[in-house]
Amino acid sequence: MSVMQPVVMMQGIVKRFGALVASDHVDLDILPNEIHALLGENGAGKTTLMKILYGLYQPDEGHIVIGGQPARLASPAAAIAHGIGFVSQHFSLVPTLTVAENIVLGYEGGALLDRAAMIASVTDTEQRYGFRVDPNALVRNLSVGQQQRVEILKALYRDCRVLILDEPTAVLTPQDAESLFETLRDLQQKHLSVIIITHKLEEVMAISQRVTVLRQGRVVGRVNTAETSPPQLANLMVGRNTVIVTRNLDHQISPEVALTVDGLRASDRRGVAALRGVTFHVHAGEVVGIAGVAGNGQSELVRILNGMQVPEGGSVVVSGKPVTLGDPRALSRARVGRIPEDRLKGVVGDLNVTHNLTLERIDDYTRAGHLDHKSMRETAERLIHEYQIKAKPYDLARTLSGGNMQKIILARTLSQRPVVVIAAQPTRGLDVGATEYVHQKLLEQKERGAGVLLISEDLDEIMILSDRILVIYEGAIVGEFSAANATVEAIGLLMAGSTARQQTVEALS
Amino acid sequence: MLGFRLERAPAPLWLRGFIPILAILVTFVLVSVLILAAGANPLDTFYQLLILPLTKATSRAEILVKATPLLLTGVAVAFAFASGYYNIGAEGQLYAGATVAAFLGTQLEGVSPLLAIPVMILGGFIAGALWALPSAILKVRLGVDEVVTTLLLNSVMIFFASALLNGPWRDPISNWPQSPTIAASAQFPQLFARTRIHFGFVLAILAVAALWWVFARTRFGLDVRAAGLGSEAARFMGVRVGRVMLLAALISGGVAGVAGVSEVAGTQLHLIEGISPGYGYTAIIIATLGGLTAPGVALAALFLALVDVGILSASRELGIPTYLGEIIQAMLLLVTLALLLLNRYRLRRARA
Ligand SMILES: Nc1ncnc2c1ncn2[C@@H]1O[C@H](COP(=O)(O)OP(=O)(O)O)[C@@H](O)[C@H]1O
Ligand SMILES: [Mg+2]
Repeated sequence: MSVMQPVVMMQGIVKRFGALVASDHVDLDILPNEIHALLGENGAGKTTLMKILYGLYQPDEGHIVIGGQPARLASPAAAIAHGIGFVSQHFSLVPTLTVAENIVLGYEGGALLDRAAMIASVTDTEQRYGFRVDPNALVRNLSVGQQQRVEILKALYRDCRVLILDEPTAVLTPQDAESLFETLRDLQQKHLSVIIITHKLEEVMAISQRVTVLRQGRVVGRVNTAETSPPQLANLMVGRNTVIVTRNLDHQISPEVALTVDGLRASDRRGVAALRGVTFHVHAGEVVGIAGVAGNGQSELVRILNGMQVPEGGSVVVSGKPVTLGDPRALSRARVGRIPEDRLKGVVGDLNVTHNLTLERIDDYTRAGHLDHKSMRETAERLIHEYQIKAKPYDLARTLSGGNMQKIILARTLSQRPVVVIAAQPTRGLDVGATEYVHQKLLEQKERGAGVLLISEDLDEIMILSDRILVIYEGAIVGEFSAANATVEAIGLLMAGSTARQQTVEALS
Repeated sequence: MLGFRLERAPAPLWLRGFIPILAILVTFVLVSVLILAAGANPLDTFYQLLILPLTKATSRAEILVKATPLLLTGVAVAFAFASGYYNIGAEGQLYAGATVAAFLGTQLEGVSPLLAIPVMILGGFIAGALWALPSAILKVRLGVDEVVTTLLLNSVMIFFASALLNGPWRDPISNWPQSPTIAASAQFPQLFARTRIHFGFVLAILAVAALWWVFARTRFGLDVRAAGLGSEAARFMGVRVGRVMLLAALISGGVAGVAGVSEVAGTQLHLIEGISPGYGYTAIIIATLGGLTAPGVALAALFLALVDVGILSASRELGIPTYLGEIIQAMLLLVTLALLLLNRYRLRRARA
């Protein structure tokens, strides 16, 4: 058998957004007829890479070869002409138009549409690929799953040979997802190649022939699905950092409970259950890590503990007192130090460093409605010095690097001597030096007796810092490990959703 | 084939300060084309428009008279915009203030001006704030877009004033749609002999100073700016964004209402249809051009007042239509907005 020539080759692709390298010398080849999974955590650079292939972004380096020929993809139109189809995370259908109109929209030339011809050609495409969607139905009357079908049809109508789907199952029920997979297998029979972006391991196992794993913009693994396993993929995806911090192993964890989370229930933005009764506690002087693959309820848990979301049920108790949820001020008053998941939601970029350092405790700097600029500045100077923030008091926060922005949040939060610290993805996107600094600061908090809750997608970070590790999967805590008997393999399996109880028993024994 | 693409990328900070100046230059280049089409020399026109009015004492005074409502509404709009509340309703709020002033003014016969004038101002402020209230509540409680609701309420208020003028307030003798002249004690004093500059100008200066003071010195000003610059992060840090926005919207409406009082009590002495030729809309240009800062608003308001006055003489001398002045103002807004938007993007060469 001859070696199959790839239909698409991306070689040495580099894409920078300012200082951030979203694609770092990525190579990717897609074979004819294959379903290729692109796996990686949130922010790994999957969407960016595919937007480059679809002509939405221009790479800073590297080239693309399609069907053996170098291709210049200056726009989506050029990509479509090269047979690339893209179904994005956010649909781009016009709800008030019919299915056929949506499919033809922007493709057929001429100002006037021949209705009958349009319906005929859409029906023809549907028959060719075995789809059953009424071309005359209004898109707004379709279910999400059907709308996704229309998006796929739209790509097929434009004669795509390589179909890219960006996290297609994120919006689907498990049943719809299964039927989508059926469709993809059909398309494969009809000689299409499919690239499916996902961060769900079981989907990779179910649908793909090959997997490319991305981490922080780099390819960290490429394997045949038949020769891999969910734990191996989880390991690749989460990766290993070589940051070493020294943990004081003699440190005594207090019997006193700093934070109790009881039966939290919440929905995500789509109204799908995201937390299904999450219960745990954190002792004073203890770091509890929550491990899990992105999108299993961590964001909602963090938002609730930050006071930014009201849960549907459950309670949060801080040093023995229940806290009003949905009010950031209440959490602040209860001395919960909050490090948000997204730094840019924790600092106002267009305010200066001084304001960002003092706004949370602005009452302390207010006399009869007027700001005491002098003491605000003094605080800012002290914190800038203490936390080694590379900035001047009156610099705008948005001119700072990610590491220094994170230090603003740390300084503001930790200088208030919190009893509980909620650290969400505290080192995401930071370099090694800044990461180490953040780790040190979190351990200092634990030593001075705060209860630290660490929510991170970086399993190594969790392994290094935590005294106790909880695993979250589909909105529930599915396993618990003490630092002594936690292994990456056992945690990885739970993160991947394999039978929880059995694993825990094995790990604890 | 070489293509260019726009990508999102923050522009350097220093560029921001230049945007208003750049906008004015671009606008004048564009307007030159229209001036040529009208058969005049652009340089002559700009001289008549921008330089000549400054050389004569009478037109300098007229600029300050024109600037009075522009400063007040400019401050009003800038304050709301700064909080992230896009109040397009200053025009209606101005009319609300003017209507209440026209009413109160006739009731204050014989009262000392020291009492009558504060009552007028307070009444106008409350009227403007009340007229701003429904949109603000809808926005803060239900997330209804304030741009739409404040804009709609403008027409309601203007028609309401018109109904009063053509109904109960119609002058019985002349049959003219104008309210009775307000009492002498309620009229704003003139500041200088032989000019129309009145006490309203003092109010306008106070409003600009207050805007500066609030932003530079007060806790509330910081809350407003934080809410406007990043509502999510502001909320995270404990700013009560909804409350702050509501207050900013009401104060904005109130100040716009005072602009109405000032027009009634300072220049017209009664309510007439068209008492504002769109000050509330021009205020949006002023606030945007002025970068939502007090000095910026002051300069922008004075500049637009200069254009307003200058266009009259330019039209007289050179025969160009007066609505060129409005074109300049509208174009300034569009160019400023375009530049602010472009400020966030950068052109990149497309490459494969
Ligand atoms: N247009 C953009 N401007 C700046 N940064 C971006 C842009 N798009 C993506 N990024 C950043 O690039 C990284 C990779 O993002 P993305 O490709 O969306 O990841 P994924 O799809 O794997 O979750 C992230 O850190 C993201 O914040
Ligand atoms: Mg993505």
